[in-house]
Amino acid sequence: MEMKDMKVTLSGVTLQNPVIPASGCFGFGYGMAEFYDINILGSISFKGTTREARFGNPLPRVAECPSGMINSVGLQNPGIDEVIAVELPKMRKSFRQPIIANISGFSIDEYVECCEKIDREEQVAIIELNVSCPNVHGGGMAFGTCASSVSDVVKEVKKVITKPLYVKLSPNVTDIVAIGSAAVEAGADGLCLINTLLGMRIDIRNRRPVVANRMGGFSGPAVFPVAVRMVNQVAHSCGVPVIGCGGVSSAEDVIEMMMAGATAVQVGAANLVNPYACKEIVESLPEVMRRLGIDSLSEIIGIV
Amino acid sequence: MGIRNIYKIVSNRELTRKTWVMILRGDTQAITTPGQFVNVAIPGKYLRRPISICDYSHERGEITLLYDVVGEGTLAMSRMKEGDEVDLLSGLGNGFSTTSVGTRPLLLGGGIGCAPLLNLGRALVRSGKSPIAILGYNTAADSFGMDRWFEEIGVEAFIATVDGSLGTKGFVTDVIRRFGIEGDYFHACGPMPMLRALCNGLDIPGEVSIESRMGCGFGACVCCSVETKDGVKRICKDGPVFRKEELIWK
Ligand SMILES: Cc1cc2nc3c(=O)[nH]c(=O)nc-3n(C[C@H](O)[C@H](O)[C@H](O)COP(=O)(O)OP(=O)(O)OC[C@H]3O[C@@H](n4cnc5c(N)ncnc54)[C@H](O)[C@@H]3O)c2cc1C
Ligand SMILES: Cc1cc2nc3c(=O)[nH]c(=O)nc-3n(C[C@H](O)[C@H](O)[C@H](O)COP(=O)(O)O)c2cc1C
Ligand code: FES
Repeated sequence: MEMKDMKVTLSGVTLQNPVIPASGCFGFGYGMAEFYDINILGSISFKGTTREARFGNPLPRVAECPSGMINSVGLQNPGIDEVIAVELPKMRKSFRQPIIANISGFSIDEYVECCEKIDREEQVAIIELNVSCPNVHGGGMAFGTCASSVSDVVKEVKKVITKPLYVKLSPNVTDIVAIGSAAVEAGADGLCLINTLLGMRIDIRNRRPVVANRMGGFSGPAVFPVAVRMVNQVAHSCGVPVIGCGGVSSAEDVIEMMMAGATAVQVGAANLVNPYACKEIVESLPEVMRRLGIDSLSEIIGIV
Repeated sequence: MGIRNIYKIVSNRELTRKTWVMILRGDTQAITTPGQFVNVAIPGKYLRRPISICDYSHERGEITLLYDVVGEGTLAMSRMKEGDEVDLLSGLGNGFSTTSVGTRPLLLGGGIGCAPLLNLGRALVRSGKSPIAILGYNTAADSFGMDRWFEEIGVEAFIATVDGSLGTKGFVTDVIRRFGIEGDYFHACGPMPMLRALCNGLDIPGEVSIESRMGCGFGACVCCSVETKDGVKRICKDGPVFRKEELIWK
């Protein structure tokens, strides 16, 4: 078979292929290295990291859904200092590709402090700002659901970092383009979407929510059409590279997401039901490209 | 080789009105110790369902699962037929300790929680120990015959039922008291209230296998975290077996 060109470039960062495990579904990579050589991946977006260590929400934290799942992990992570001191060195041992650092926060100060620290880590190539947490100083509304909050946090973070900044958008908004545009105007180098959709399941026998936190983030194949639509809208309106995410489970989904406008693609829940999901996607991409008459992935970005 | 393999159902039959036994044939190499579990892919369901390995044999390439039909996923399992293929992640979790424990370990099971103790009993006997099994059920109709399987592998087994319809009336602890059973270690699996009672009530060292709903079963999603005295642990990867002293009972 002739060589297929799978390389893509995000704000000057070249990835050997567009396949990236999404934040929260691959830990810090080294655990998954027990299953396969994770160096075949384009990049990894590591678990959402906050300033302080967080246990997250009470159990149960997961619910079955038709073609998907709800999680209410609640950003469990060991905190930025521990991530830098313990997790990143372990990650580097099994992963030599560029890393995407997923950073969360409940205040602008927290985002700024975490981003400033992670920006100094050599292997971190892109900082991905998860703006779906509630803004404790802004009335508790999620940063990502309010254009002016997104704009404020992006402006402040941009002042302290040197690496490209991608804002990870929440789909729980009326107008995703308005939020994306606000992020770009404030200086975001790219956008990543979508995060999970807010969802809920009820245990009808016990008459209570399935997850202890009542609500959680819905993701998996069921959300793929929503993600493709939002990626398409944002890619054609916001003028920056987009990382497409949401329900991707196969090489065909990667192609569809890229045709919609994504330069690279993240895979979340699929890793949890099949630990080899990303490996299988990377390995089947050349054959799917051949079947579809695609020589280079970068040529299909946003063609629809 | 990986932990994910396709298995063929050798048999799948009903033992009681809610408990089923499924025997699967396939690659068992990922299983290293009793008390580990498999994560079963169920057609039509997105998430896998974790089920303890009740018994396994590398020689025959077989895994035995005991499961209660409690919801849609396990109902779907009960409808699978001999010859059907099942996608499993196997050899998950840390499993029970079989080496450093005393010479007369107690195997304490509650309901379907008895499942992983059978293989443990086999391993303990093989390493020259004299385990005693005590199995607790709600009522006689729930007992799926595990006492006989224990006897077959040379482990003495007692039964307790809450309503007294079989064996000793009460809980596994009532059996210990009634027969003056003296163990020097305990391995337990069952409902959380039972495990809490054992950790708080038995003054011998021991370990328990605990459960939670799981996202992945192999450590990637932290959907199954518990706070222990040694920090935050994932039940699926750092557990499901924890030493009595590690756990915090609220
Ligand atoms: C490590 C581990 C080992 C297990 N071993 C066995 C076993 O050997 N045999 C067996 O019958 N069951 C076992 N379970 C429990 C089993 O996983 C659940 O009963 C099963 O997932 C229920 O699926 P369902 O779709 O039928 O029910 P659902 O409709 O999902 O739920 C029905 C009921 O089961 C409970 N439940 C659902 N998922 C879990 C879960 N992961 N753990 C505990 N309770 C759950 C729910 O709270 C609810 O009350 C084990 C669980 C774990 C975590
Ligand atoms: C268990 C779990 C944990 C997640 N944790 C994070 C997180 O820490 N930070 C983040 O930005 N997104 C997190 N996400 C969202 C995913 O990265 C992804 O955006 C979303 O799940 C949609 O993709 P999917 O449909 O492929 O899962 C999490 C998702 C899941 C399922
Ligand atoms: S269930 Fe995913 S980490 Fe335990």
